[in-house]
Amino acid sequence: MRSYKAINLFFISLFVFFSSVISAAEHTVEQKEKQFIKDGALVEKMTVKVGDKINFKNQDPWFHNVFSLSDIKSFDLGSYPKGESKSVVFDKAGTAEVECAIHPQMFMEIEVK
Amino acid sequence: MLDSYKDKVTFRRAACIISSIGMLVMAFSASAAMKPDAGDASVFLRPSGIPQPANNLSTPERVKLGKMLFFDPRLSGSNWISCGTCHNPALGWSDGLKTAIGHNMKVLERSTPTILNTGYQGLQFWDGRERTLEKQALGPIVSPGEMAQDLDELVKELKAVPEYVALFKEAYPDEGVSKTAIGKAIASFERTVVSQDSSFDRWLKGMESDMSKAAMNGFKLFKGKARCIMCHNGFNFADDGFHNIGLPGNKDEGRYAIKKVKVMKGAFKTPTLRDVGLTAPYMHNGEFGTLKEVIEHYNSGGKKNLGNLDPNMQALHLSKKEKSDLLEFLLSLTGDAMEVSIPQLPVNH
Repeated sequence: MRSYKAINLFFISLFVFFSSVISAAEHTVEQKEKQFIKDGALVEKMTVKVGDKINFKNQDPWFHNVFSLSDIKSFDLGSYPKGESKSVVFDKAGTAEVECAIHPQMFMEIEVK
Repeated sequence: MLDSYKDKVTFRRAACIISSIGMLVMAFSASAAMKPDAGDASVFLRPSGIPQPANNLSTPERVKLGKMLFFDPRLSGSNWISCGTCHNPALGWSDGLKTAIGHNMKVLERSTPTILNTGYQGLQFWDGRERTLEKQALGPIVSPGEMAQDLDELVKELKAVPEYVALFKEAYPDEGVSKTAIGKAIASFERTVVSQDSSFDRWLKGMESDMSKAAMNGFKLFKGKARCIMCHNGFNFADDGFHNIGLPGNKDEGRYAIKKVKVMKGAFKTPTLRDVGLTAPYMHNGEFGTLKEVIEHYNSGGKKNLGNLDPNMQALHLSKKEKSDLLEFLLSLTGDAMEVSIPQLPVNH
């Protein structure tokens, strides 16, 4: 009986995991002319869902960095050149402030719901 | 063999025609190289306006008061050092020293940055610890190593001078003599310290200019092979960014003290290159006495310090001529001399 319950729990967890993976969206934010750009326009704030992934793609001729020291997500993507992309999964709800350490005028907020 | 007289004449004529064509080709290519690239003027000419915060829009009264405060040694604890002591207009608004000398002749860790075009900067100080000029202006006044003044004491001192009381009332009627008004007034004056036209600007504008061919080639190198443009971009030749440029003598963690991100270890704000020919020594620690040394440093690609080096830094392999052209270009950024009048300061009677 106990093992039957455990198997059930396992399949339920598996289902929850896969459904979250399937529903998680992927977004791209470009770093262009020392600005964060989404869909061709300057982005200062964007909203994503828990589990969503954001790709930060450097489109400038110089190196960029992306970091956040926010409570919901703390990360530092180092510095990377034009054409390279690094991604972050936002797995907790709340607000993250994201910045380029090299060019601090590049700043945006990500609201995770 | 050219035997006959006729042959010799024909040969000379042919040589003459060929050399004329050659000279025409050279003249054409030289004149083609004389012109800036399309778009250079919009990137590298200083905009006419200057950004100002809504709560401190410039007025003649504010600039006048700010200028008096800037040159007044009352602002220091010793009543001996003014902002203008280190930011001396006769020395490119800096001090010509390796690193600054502060209160009690203490030699400080960092060099005095010029205040030229600081009104256009997004962040202030070598490590960018302040966002506004209004706050920046108060920083060195209260810093124990610099001017070592107590702001409450300063307000008291200024209130005891009737002329200052009147000037503050005219400039900031709602605030009078106050700490914030001191910062605001100095910031208003600093926003008037902007770069003047140089040979480079006149060349960009298509005006008559003494921009040399070497300087023009230097500009091309600046944007290309020498990679200077990676950080020194825009009209102010600064990206408002922070980089560890691999100075062999650096032990200062710089921006990392403000932003605990690894790439900020030993990183400092990119300084303007406007009037760079007037502001030696160079770098945040005054490590280099001349621009030639600066160019040699960048040519070497720099050396990792504090475990970090900006990845834009790499060995450049510039020839002797290329280094000399780059230097000529940097010197072409020296603006026309500014006419700076020194205010007569009020005296307590």
